[in-house]
Amino acid sequence: MKKFWIGLFALIALLLVAPIVAAQENDPVTDDDVNRVANQLYCPVCENIPLSSCATQACTQWRGTIREKLEAGWDEQQIKDYFVSQYGERVLAEPRSEGFTLLVWVIPPLAVIVGAFVVWQFLRRAARPTQAAPEATPATSDPYVARLEQELERRR
Amino acid sequence: MLAYLGYLSLVLALGATFYAALMAGVSIWEARGPRAARRAAGIDPATLESARRAAFLALPLLTLAALSLIAMLVTEQYQVAYVADVTSSSMPIYLRVTALWGGQAGSLLFWAWLMSAFTGTVMLRKWEADRELMPVVIVVTMITLGFFIGLTVFFENPFVLLWQTRAGEVVQAMFQPAGTLALVPADGRGLNPLLRHPGMIIHPPMLYLGFVGFVIPYAFAMAALFYRRVDTQWIKTTRRWTLTGWLFLSLGLILGGRWAYDVLGWGGYWGWDPVENASLIPWLTATAFLHSVMIQEKRGMLKKWNMVLIILTYALVIFGTFLTRSGVLSSVHAFAQSAIGPAFFTFIGVTFVASMVLLFREWDHLSSETQFEGLLSRESAFLLNNLLFVAITASVFWGTVFPMISEIFTGQKITVGPPFYNQVTGPQFAALVLLMGVAPLLAWRKSSAQQLGRQILIPFVASLVLVAVLFAFGITNPGALFGFWISAFVAGTTLLEFYRGTAARMRTTGENALVALSTLMARNRRRYGGYTIHLGVILITIGVVGTTFYQEETQGRLRLGEQLTLGRYVMVYTGLDEFEVDDGRIVARASVEVYRDGQMLGELYPRRDYYIESQQPMTIPGVRSAVEDDFYVLLVEWESVGADAATFKIYVNPLVNWIWAGGLVFIVGTLVAAWPESEPRRRVVLANAPARA
Repeated sequence: MKKFWIGLFALIALLLVAPIVAAQENDPVTDDDVNRVANQLYCPVCENIPLSSCATQACTQWRGTIREKLEAGWDEQQIKDYFVSQYGERVLAEPRSEGFTLLVWVIPPLAVIVGAFVVWQFLRRAARPTQAAPEATPATSDPYVARLEQELERRR
Repeated sequence: MLAYLGYLSLVLALGATFYAALMAGVSIWEARGPRAARRAAGIDPATLESARRAAFLALPLLTLAALSLIAMLVTEQYQVAYVADVTSSSMPIYLRVTALWGGQAGSLLFWAWLMSAFTGTVMLRKWEADRELMPVVIVVTMITLGFFIGLTVFFENPFVLLWQTRAGEVVQAMFQPAGTLALVPADGRGLNPLLRHPGMIIHPPMLYLGFVGFVIPYAFAMAALFYRRVDTQWIKTTRRWTLTGWLFLSLGLILGGRWAYDVLGWGGYWGWDPVENASLIPWLTATAFLHSVMIQEKRGMLKKWNMVLIILTYALVIFGTFLTRSGVLSSVHAFAQSAIGPAFFTFIGVTFVASMVLLFREWDHLSSETQFEGLLSRESAFLLNNLLFVAITASVFWGTVFPMISEIFTGQKITVGPPFYNQVTGPQFAALVLLMGVAPLLAWRKSSAQQLGRQILIPFVASLVLVAVLFAFGITNPGALFGFWISAFVAGTTLLEFYRGTAARMRTTGENALVALSTLMARNRRRYGGYTIHLGVILITIGVVGTTFYQEETQGRLRLGEQLTLGRYVMVYTGLDEFEVDDGRIVARASVEVYRDGQMLGELYPRRDYYIESQQPMTIPGVRSAVEDDFYVLLVEWESVGADAATFKIYVNPLVNWIWAGGLVFIVGTLVAAWPESEPRRRVVLANAPARA
């Protein structure tokens, strides 16, 4: 029985991978293949421009590099790693979720959770009627302001 | 000479703001001191009047400064460093004028000028209605304005002139340094090609107006805190000014998206670029404020929170300007080197701390007048709305500043690109839109689940049917289906609100449908303006869902007569022209024929403009728009000799035009909501009634 499962798993895996491998071996690398990788990278020298849509000469050459690597049989991850090793983390459009960069991913959901908790607490406390003494209205708490108020009222 | 006139008026404007802030401060001090006790009026009218006049004076002075810079830009006074930097003789007149905000120094002057227009309006128009708040309003606005004028006077002077020493060295100085001669370059370097677009006329001014517009509500909020007058009057004034700033900022954002789509040549309209984020972030907090302010008006709750939102919006406006103007984005080291970076940072810190001190001093007076009565109520829906808006603000803010934080702590600069924002804020926006459909149906105080269920039943079922139909037509992406479901559901509940109101009017007054709808909207501008804005948001959502999940692209190298296919579209390459234009570009323009389902739609001319002086290429797309999608083609590469082969990139952007249509509806709705009402007094009484009950 165990063998059956392993066999089935291997078959599924093969079916999933086969077309990809086949595509890489037989078809020439198209512009769309290059763009698929370039879309995930940013221009290493410009400010915030994706590599796939950067019009500079340098970026054209970098796209050429991607094409060469694809023709040499590299996969997406290998090419991305290559660019990172050459030009640093800033070429990745999506920051890695590891090391220090993990923080960029962790903080926003954490903020939502903390915010939701605060709102929940606020609602609970506010919904339960407390018997605090009613506060003085702000407008009359300060005698000066009260007088000013009257003054202004008279002028109207 | 004009440069000196401009500089002089700039310096005088700085003096005027300084004087106005000082005199307003004196009037505050006098009013609190023993002299005031002896005088019945409290505030010394002469001191304050003097401050008011000086504050107003900043407007004509800055107008003079801006006009002299514009005059020099138009008349090609290249001895002025700024003019030589951002214009060239080949530029048309309208671009010379827009070059006022095409560079660092000029855009700071423009910022200050627009802000003085706002403060000038406040000094003229709002004087009587809010006069008791004015001393602090003057202090706050004049310090802010003075800060920006100070930046131009001391760090980024747009009037600085070029001089040449005998050794041939070029010096920039306002006044002629010894041993130098005036240097007048034969031509300027010209405006950044990205900014040479008709969209440049309107997009940046709108953004700036939005930014400076938020300074006014902040000033009123600070005044209310300072004078302990956190009553309904200040919130009314503040809301109206916030709405004004918000209108302009929304317009700026929408136009910016359109400009990016037309000019940047990457097939999209929003790239989560830090500069874009800088303008989105204060918009988010302002939107949160415009919603939660309703709770305060109706129920006297959330006073502290509204103050926090106003303060945050102001701080984020200054922060956004800092982000785009200090060079911090290219590197934190550029920030340290730039003269204005540290000044900005100090200013943000000081104003933020001062605001917080004022807020905490008044903390106890800002308690709620009433209490929450039900978890399922309009109030709690607004709270959820605020939670989501603030969460999105925090996410976008964090993603925007994280590259800098990373650079400081690890020395490694990273990019936080669209994949981050789409994954993090996508679900948050979806929740917000869904809430938008439900919240208006909830009653104040308390709502019952059955009541809500009855109201949403029809739209809910209808939207599910629609999703089933979409599914049957082959839309199977779960994200897209969910997005379309939300849009349909919310559109249903919102339209039903219009229908209910109109039907009720028709019953009671016997008006026909059109009359009933228009009187309904005219009588309840805020409510139905708000719903109209919501409808605009739904249209935008539909467009965003379409482009996010179904944008297609392909790229290919074509010989003359060859074709490229994408979805239903076929494009045939028919020719290429290369020519030089006398405004300093070399243009390569391809012509292509576009077919859909075998039918010819027309010719498009995607082109690549190369700006000789600045050595920058610009990729201008050829676009064919339709309700269902846009065909968007870019010329990527071509062979100059023979010109028989070229590489094209094609995008099909489904439903992208819904975004622009939604933007239009959005703005119309805002105008409806913001239009001044003819009977403001009665509304105040009505708004107060439930709070007192």
